[in-house]
Amino acid sequence: MTQSHRIDGGQIDRTKTLRFTFDGLPYLGHPGDTLASALLANGVRLMGRSFKYHRPRGPISAGSEEPNAIVELRSGGRQEPNTRATVAELYDGLTANSQNRWPSLRFDAMGINDKLSTFFAAGFYYKTFMWPKSFWEKLYEPIIRRAAGLGSVTREEDPDEYDKGFLHCDLLIIGAGPTGLMAALTAGRAGKRVILADEDFRMGGRLNAETFTIGNDQGANWAAASVAELSSMPNVRLMTRTTVVGAFDHGIYSAVERVSDHLPAPAAGKPRQVLWRIYAGRAILAGGATERPIAFENNDRPGIMMAGALRAYANRWGVKVGERVAVFTNNDDGLRTAKDLQSKGVDVVAVIDSREGGELLPGIRHLQGAEVIDSSGKLGLSSITVRQTNGRSETISVNVLGVSGGWNPNVNIHSHHRSRPVYDPNIAAFVPGKDGPPGLLVAGSAAGQMSTHAALRTGRDVAIAALELNSAPDLPQAEDAPIRISPLWYVHHGKGRAWVDQQNDVTVKDVKLAKQENFTSVEHMKRYTTLGMATDQGKTSNVIGLAIMAELTGRSIPETGTTIYRPPYTPVAMGALAGRSRGREFKPFRLTPSHHWAKEQGAIFVEVGNWLRTQWVPKAGETEWRQSVDREVLATRKSVGICDVTTLGKIDIQGTDAGAFLDKVYANTFSTLAVGKCRYGLMLREDGIVFDDGTTARMGENEYVMTTTTANAVIVFRHLEFCRQCLWPEMDVQLISTTEAWAQFSVAGPNARNLLRKIVDQDISDAAFPYMGAGNITVGGLRARLFRISFSGELAYEIAVPTRYGDALLREMLAKGAEFDPILYGTEALGVMRIEKGHVAGGELNGQSPALNMGLGKMVSKKKDSIGMVLSQREGLTIEAGYRLVGVKPVDPKGKLTAGSHFLEKGAAPVAANDGGWLTSKVYSPHLGCDIALGYLKGGDRKIGQKMRIVNLLAGLDTEVEIISPHMFDPEGERLRG
Amino acid sequence: MANLQPLTALGRREATTVTHGPLTVSERTDVALASVAARKGRMAALTKAAQKAGVPLPDPATHQSGAPYSAFWTAPEMWFVEAPFATHELIADLLKSALGDAASITEQTDAWVAFDLAAPDLAPLLERLCNVDYPARPTGHATRTMMEHLGVYLIKHGPDTARIYGPRSSAESLLHAIETAAHSVW
Repeated sequence: MTQSHRIDGGQIDRTKTLRFTFDGLPYLGHPGDTLASALLANGVRLMGRSFKYHRPRGPISAGSEEPNAIVELRSGGRQEPNTRATVAELYDGLTANSQNRWPSLRFDAMGINDKLSTFFAAGFYYKTFMWPKSFWEKLYEPIIRRAAGLGSVTREEDPDEYDKGFLHCDLLIIGAGPTGLMAALTAGRAGKRVILADEDFRMGGRLNAETFTIGNDQGANWAAASVAELSSMPNVRLMTRTTVVGAFDHGIYSAVERVSDHLPAPAAGKPRQVLWRIYAGRAILAGGATERPIAFENNDRPGIMMAGALRAYANRWGVKVGERVAVFTNNDDGLRTAKDLQSKGVDVVAVIDSREGGELLPGIRHLQGAEVIDSSGKLGLSSITVRQTNGRSETISVNVLGVSGGWNPNVNIHSHHRSRPVYDPNIAAFVPGKDGPPGLLVAGSAAGQMSTHAALRTGRDVAIAALELNSAPDLPQAEDAPIRISPLWYVHHGKGRAWVDQQNDVTVKDVKLAKQENFTSVEHMKRYTTLGMATDQGKTSNVIGLAIMAELTGRSIPETGTTIYRPPYTPVAMGALAGRSRGREFKPFRLTPSHHWAKEQGAIFVEVGNWLRTQWVPKAGETEWRQSVDREVLATRKSVGICDVTTLGKIDIQGTDAGAFLDKVYANTFSTLAVGKCRYGLMLREDGIVFDDGTTARMGENEYVMTTTTANAVIVFRHLEFCRQCLWPEMDVQLISTTEAWAQFSVAGPNARNLLRKIVDQDISDAAFPYMGAGNITVGGLRARLFRISFSGELAYEIAVPTRYGDALLREMLAKGAEFDPILYGTEALGVMRIEKGHVAGGELNGQSPALNMGLGKMVSKKKDSIGMVLSQREGLTIEAGYRLVGVKPVDPKGKLTAGSHFLEKGAAPVAANDGGWLTSKVYSPHLGCDIALGYLKGGDRKIGQKMRIVNLLAGLDTEVEIISPHMFDPEGERLRG
Repeated sequence: MANLQPLTALGRREATTVTHGPLTVSERTDVALASVAARKGRMAALTKAAQKAGVPLPDPATHQSGAPYSAFWTAPEMWFVEAPFATHELIADLLKSALGDAASITEQTDAWVAFDLAAPDLAPLLERLCNVDYPARPTGHATRTMMEHLGVYLIKHGPDTARIYGPRSSAESLLHAIETAAHSVW
């Protein structure tokens, strides 16, 4: 294909040619092109079908405000729907497809919607698909969604990576047009740390699209020279392809940098995009302005574009969109398009100027007081109908129409904290209001300062004000044309459809309907018609919509007001929001000291928070997890088992008030604990509910080591710090976590002591190291700690060494204790043994249960004050018929139990009123030869020995059970004291 | 009796060194670490004892180098003290002898993995890892920050050298995060 619509000039590199395809057809373009400019250069202006009516559409803009030229880029896992051709940077090999059409863009069967448009007016769905109710989810919604104009999502995984990062600066400048560049020069020359971000791949903003001069040079050249100067400053960071998408609290802005979107694929290891969080001392919004259309009948045909966009395509990209051009304008800026195109040799057939009087353009048919009332052309514009001031209509053959309804300052980011823009009648547009984000100033056309001179001047002055600078650089000469505009929002003519929001297919009629149905507030109009709710956020449509509503209701535009803008400024890929947090990188892992040994053994791991704990360690021949777990339990109870308990929280508590501090945070007493002993402790919340449990050892007069559950390690530490710093700052207590500093193993079973005797240097006989003893010992001279505590109910110790020696200690215990057949058991076997013993854990520590319910009521000392003590005595928490922890086993040993099942009396109907409580934890006990469980049963302590039912309607379970003591194995505790 | 062979935080016998482009990441297993927290109302006594023992107690957000002891501030009246592991493996005992009951001292050596970062300019790497304005911070800056969900200490020894103390159990995840960021940059 030839680039039939290329003309001279522009900022494209004609020495290089890029190949790309659109809907499978090959085309050529140049570096510097966007997909839209390259397609237009190839004479392609039909680029999509509209959302609802499947109308043929082409681009109307040359920027990120584009509502029509929405395409799918790339293929496979990189396929990205709903992207704007006007900002997609061309690269060699780019593949793009139109969307929302079938079977083809030129012939779209869904175009039938356009013929049936009467039925699809605003509010149509709400009124039509009301009955029957159940049909909405199953029938109506799927059909409507399929017909609606969004691209398709690839089912493949995104192969690219996304980064996040943090930047800091004195001044963030959003937009690198003349305003932003002048602000950056001012701040940069003053030595301030500046970030200048622009969504375009070339800085300069409108200077690249205009023929203005700055000083003695072309505006685009001045921009290039300014960028060169800025890039030589080490204190200035220039970020192209970077869209600032949101303003957040405390001077924080988010920005998406498209690092690799202009490449076929990111370079190896490089991210596709980076989501930056920018901390800015001050910020300047220099985001420019967006031209808005004028609504008239059939104003959406390919070839009808913004006048400024026509100029941009001609001046920046060397593209004439068509051969015969007309311009429809209500302001002077539209006339620039006519002049620029004419000077480029394009045939400007007519300028339709809705204003009366004023100077006539020389050499061009300039119709003043005229309006375009209609257009025709099947897949693109072929003619317009013009109504002249004398009322006569005339059809003019053109294939391009540039429309200018005025320029809207891009106030969006200034409104992200709900600042309402205010209407400025001088430019017939909204400008930033008060109460914008603190520290954010606005300059240039974003502030309604529309001339190039005003842009440069305000860019400089606002930078000086923002940073309180003392010197002001001289401003170069630039045009300072006044704004001359007579507002015209829509053309009053005919009964056809005049588009307001082209992306969501909202027409003037829809706005009228909203008014008719009394949705006259802008917020209601927006939601009723969906105006401005597409991915373009109504950048070209919002102001016209509300102006039409103002006119219909007889209110002024300020009275009517505007809706508010929210982040993101332009659509953001989900991948950028996720960053690195996907798949295995979703969170960091914590590995136990025994991890490497366990991995060698083929252990199965379970995620416990970020920890990977050994769940069980299969042996050869074991085909099912229960075989491994049963073996680990039996081997431990028979001889000795080792479990890595490093994950339990360990908190070092020191200070002369350490004991008194523990008395306050624990329900039971610790100040009386002898040095060299440990004790089980119960921690309550302020409301009297059990918070956490664990053992705490007194290692010295003023030194304790607390253990917490794995799950609560961090929150208990945080709680203790709160108590120390805020509740009792007068106490002499110092805290620090030592969870990771020590590798700690439980060694349990009848041969636990025999094994450890081969490891530790000290006498650990029952007399020398009795039950609940604790102390510093040595292992081959290495400092270590030993605690005689048991979770399994066996004779058990916990031994700890500095973490780097943990792996070696485990291997040493397994090797030196080989005669006792030691095994390493995982969390499943641990669970079986603790349930056999009736020890509470996660299922019982459910954040709803007081100690009394767990059978631990006596642990809450009344002799002292402690957190939660008073509220644990509340009437409702102490009633005798309250939930109590019980053990449960099926009457028939083959009977099944499941956690979460409910207790019911025999013969009682399975309804909530008869609910007796629930099973909190369930395992299979290889010792008892049946399922066993713990549960909370109403009045359970008085029901030991009774027969009840365990019912689980979801699992289809109804099992007769016996209520037994929760201490189901070795209830006398003879083994652990052995 | 046992003669236990240590493993590094990355599960190896020797400290790991990784390079990518201009960056070198060195795991440091030769640093002993202990926390020193002043007992209530004993700051003056601690200052005196620390001075005598040559233990620096630097200002907030600061690291102070010395021999054999270096230290950085971690919380009000609390520091982490570093010393060579070969001579000071029993750092907690040594500090207790030196500082007496003016401070609570806890061994922290194996609670952390230490990575030394070296590159001509670390800023582009660190801006992808943590919310610290590295170029603007002075040499000797020490701060607590987050890297990929992990709470770490970051110490600036210069524009080109820094140390990160991260949770030991997540050493692999932390190194992976550093390496991934390095590949993004270089």
